[in-house]
Amino acid sequence: MHELGITRSIVDIAERTAREHGGTRVTSVTVEIGALSGVIPDAVEFCFEACSKGTLLDGARLIVESIPGLGRCPDCGREQEIDNHSFACGDCGALGLERLQGEELRIKELEVD
Amino acid sequence: MCIDCGCAERTEQAHHHHDQNQAGRTIRVGEDLLAKNDRLAAVNRARFAEYGLLTLNLVSSPGSGKTTLLETTLRALSNELRFAVLEGDQQTANDAERIAATGVPAHQINTGAGCHLDAHMVGHGVDHFDLANLDVLLIENVGNLVCPASFDLGEDCKVAVLSITEGEDKPLKYPQMFRAAELVIINKLDLLPHLDFDLETCRDYLRQVNPQARVIELSCKSGAGMETWYNWLREQVAKKK
Ligand SMILES: Nc1nc2c(ncn2[C@@H]2O[C@H](COP(=O)(O)OP(=O)(O)OP(=O)(O)O)[C@@H](O)[C@H]2O)c(=O)[nH]1
Ligand SMILES: [Mg+2]
Ligand SMILES: [Zn+2]
Ligand SMILES: [Zn+2]
Ligand SMILES: [Zn+2]
Ligand SMILES: [Zn+2]
Repeated sequence: MHELGITRSIVDIAERTAREHGGTRVTSVTVEIGALSGVIPDAVEFCFEACSKGTLLDGARLIVESIPGLGRCPDCGREQEIDNHSFACGDCGALGLERLQGEELRIKELEVD
Repeated sequence: MCIDCGCAERTEQAHHHHDQNQAGRTIRVGEDLLAKNDRLAAVNRARFAEYGLLTLNLVSSPGSGKTTLLETTLRALSNELRFAVLEGDQQTANDAERIAATGVPAHQINTGAGCHLDAHMVGHGVDHFDLANLDVLLIENVGNLVCPASFDLGEDCKVAVLSITEGEDKPLKYPQMFRAAELVIINKLDLLPHLDFDLETCRDYLRQVNPQARVIELSCKSGAGMETWYNWLREQVAKKK
């Protein structure tokens, strides 16, 4: 999707948080991106340098932690790894898998000076 | 200027100050990147609920017939229900002008480079309407099957419009959008004799992606199936009263 907007909010939140904590420079920022979030980590990394120019994050390292998608079958209850194109249970074929994990899109932590 | 979204004054969040001078500190954040949108969407939702307003977010690829569907619906039902329409497009006020020609209040939001509406734009957009005297707020999102899926506007539900000229595999190609929709409208049914589009295959793909979705097939042009959509709309309004 709109990775540029997402990357801008990473920079905004990181800058605001760093300032609130009296930081003058952010040296790294760790984000968690779920496999079902619709956000492509590569595209965020691609936007990051441009978005961080001239901010407290200029030159900072972006660390992306991927969170795998996890679903549960509504019929047999089996938990399984899923992606955005998994529609049916790998065991029994039932549709409508419940999403337990993988939609995360979070800033986890910052390193500041 | 607004109170709810804080775009005039900045809301400072409570936080702890750590040792200010210690170099190389780690700060735990844990903030959701869409939290701001979700917060504003919750404000919108509460505002709509206060007036018992039904709010629909119409999403589709460009040109599937969202504005035509709205025009036809407003001409048929505006003596029965009180509507207002928010139009989202990157450029032009064409769609809002088409809606205004039906006599229903309309407001255009131009997103410029932005490829979706967000809750902040909608919060300001509805300031143009008298919410206390409305039954239904219709929001036509920017024609785009990708990111409008991720932005809650405070609506009751998303309605995805898929026209049969786009091919039956759209639900498989854009599963996030079709999963997010409570109702899927298959439009331009009048063109069926001219195309290879297979309705049963399309229904099956939709079922795979979103087994709960209600599906209504119609043609804005011929009027086929429109009464089913009107009845769905009436039922949703009745649930709000
Ligand atoms: N044959 C046929 N054409 C239709 C039907 N509904 C809409 N159209 C045509 O499809 C074209 C696009 O319709 P719009 O209503 O502007 O589509 P839209 O989804 O609002 O487009 P954007 O706002 O640009 O994304 C127009 O030429 C309409 O006349 C239909 O049921 N049958
Ligand atoms: Mg339109
Ligand atoms: Zn199963
Ligand atoms: Zn404002
Ligand atoms: Zn605002
Ligand atoms: Zn977008």
